[in-house]
Amino acid sequence: MSRIRSYIKTFTLWELLQGLSVTLRHFFIRGVTIQYPEEKTPQSFRFRGLHALRRYPNGEERCIACKLCEAVCPAQAITIESDVSADGTRRTTRYDIDLFKCIYCGMCEEACPVDAIVETRIHEYHMESKGENIMTKDKLLGIGEKFDDMISADKAADAKYR
Amino acid sequence: MAEIQNFTMNFGPQHPAAHGVLRLILEMDGEVIQRADPHVGLLHRGTEKLAETKPFSQSVGYMDRLDYVSMMCNEHGYVLAIEKLLGITPPVRAQYIRVMFDEITRLLNHLMWLGAHGLDIGAMTMFLYCFREREDLLDCYEAVSGSRMHANYYRPGGVYRDLPDQMPKYQASKWRSQKDVDRLNAVRSGSMLDFLQAFCDKFPACVDDYETLLTDNRIWKQRTVNIGVVSPERALQLGFTGPMLRGSGVEWDLRKKQPYAVYDQLDFDIPVGVNGDSYDRYLVRVEEMRQSNRIIEQCIKWLRENPGPVMLDDHKITPPKRVEMKDDMESLIHHFKLFTEGYCVPEGEAYAAIEHPKGEFGIYLVSDGANKPYRVKIRPPGFVHLSALAEMVDGHMLADVVAVIGTLDIVFGEVDR
Repeated sequence: MSRIRSYIKTFTLWELLQGLSVTLRHFFIRGVTIQYPEEKTPQSFRFRGLHALRRYPNGEERCIACKLCEAVCPAQAITIESDVSADGTRRTTRYDIDLFKCIYCGMCEEACPVDAIVETRIHEYHMESKGENIMTKDKLLGIGEKFDDMISADKAADAKYR
Repeated sequence: MAEIQNFTMNFGPQHPAAHGVLRLILEMDGEVIQRADPHVGLLHRGTEKLAETKPFSQSVGYMDRLDYVSMMCNEHGYVLAIEKLLGITPPVRAQYIRVMFDEITRLLNHLMWLGAHGLDIGAMTMFLYCFREREDLLDCYEAVSGSRMHANYYRPGGVYRDLPDQMPKYQASKWRSQKDVDRLNAVRSGSMLDFLQAFCDKFPACVDDYETLLTDNRIWKQRTVNIGVVSPERALQLGFTGPMLRGSGVEWDLRKKQPYAVYDQLDFDIPVGVNGDSYDRYLVRVEEMRQSNRIIEQCIKWLRENPGPVMLDDHKITPPKRVEMKDDMESLIHHFKLFTEGYCVPEGEAYAAIEHPKGEFGIYLVSDGANKPYRVKIRPPGFVHLSALAEMVDGHMLADVVAVIGTLDIVFGEVDR
């Protein structure tokens, strides 16, 4: 009996038709495609994208040039030089992140004792000429200022877990 | 009479079915393989040596990049080796999180494998279906670690952060009405565990779909049955592990034989093949997906009921909480010490192996008492399996080489290291 059944199934292409019924069903269900530039997939507040340097609400730079991020960076992408600034505080004179070396592991953010260097949820950026891969201090501070609301909200959401 | 000669053919490294950068030198007699010689090393990045130049905790991120479709499993092997040397055990909750993400990783890996293997031998739909499900799991990766792939989430002594209470949500756009967005966000309204539970509920039906498309399909069977047969004895001699060994009928799974983390408290079965051909290995991997789903569900249940720390409280090894660090001098000192020079690991050696989706992934660590490892040896399952390729394709047709490469489930990040 089972032999007959298997013969019938073989000659009626039974398993292929079953497979086709699956694909046919999928033809009618709603698609999952995201229309990318206009529409984006959900992004976690922990997302690790482009870096930024933050300031305190009063405008003072957070970074104190302790060089923990430089020390902890597995890819050695961060270069820092520091000096005493005019008001007598220790500040960086150079803070470079080489985006080609960076592996976006988030260790710098984890190490920073003053929450100065952070990785933001910005992930759409490009370079047009050589040398633009180096994020200088000005560029990093600029991103920090421009996206301050977003960064602060993300860090506040994550604060209780850290 | 004209003399007929074998000819040599170059397969890869740019061939789409070579799974990355495999270069195969095939000696062909017509369309039959006489000899296959895999050339590896095109993706060699010196991970082992790199790890010797930096403190223990800084190399976790590089372990993600070994087998880049099963990231957290690699991390698990590495942190287990360090924990073994330090003689520490992470909190139970951290172990459950690790097990849960190991199984998520297994699903990620097997979905990727099924999609790519299907695509290689002519079943394109699988690729689309598998990647649709993969997306949800990658969302879990991102929610917990901040990165869709290279998570850098496990730490010696636990995991970096606890699971988030909320999932990121879709936003309305010109392509999606608010109603549409609400429908998409329905599973995202709760915590990450709720999202994962919703995935676990729907996933078995997805696996049923895959199986309807492939398992009985005559084309699939023609391409896989009796291709690359390895006997159980030979599989053991070749050093096979994971689904490759289980496909040959040897019941060997480190999760059962040498339980690590909390696998001894979880209920799951080990699928075993019979014939040791590509088809049996396919069946084993599909069944493993179902079992992983079971394990994830058990972990979710446990994690819901048992809140607690996810990181060891020994601040000589794990950094203190940020709140403590900011107003306690001693914690700040610990923080600075840990992120500059790390910690010294006692002299000795340790081998930690885990059941990676591809087989036994082991890290052999030698410490001379410094803050950096003296030697890190990675035992990648893919490398061992690849070395059996020549034997498996011997006498098969050219098109079967693709099926055998697929069934080996190799990823060049770990083969070349």
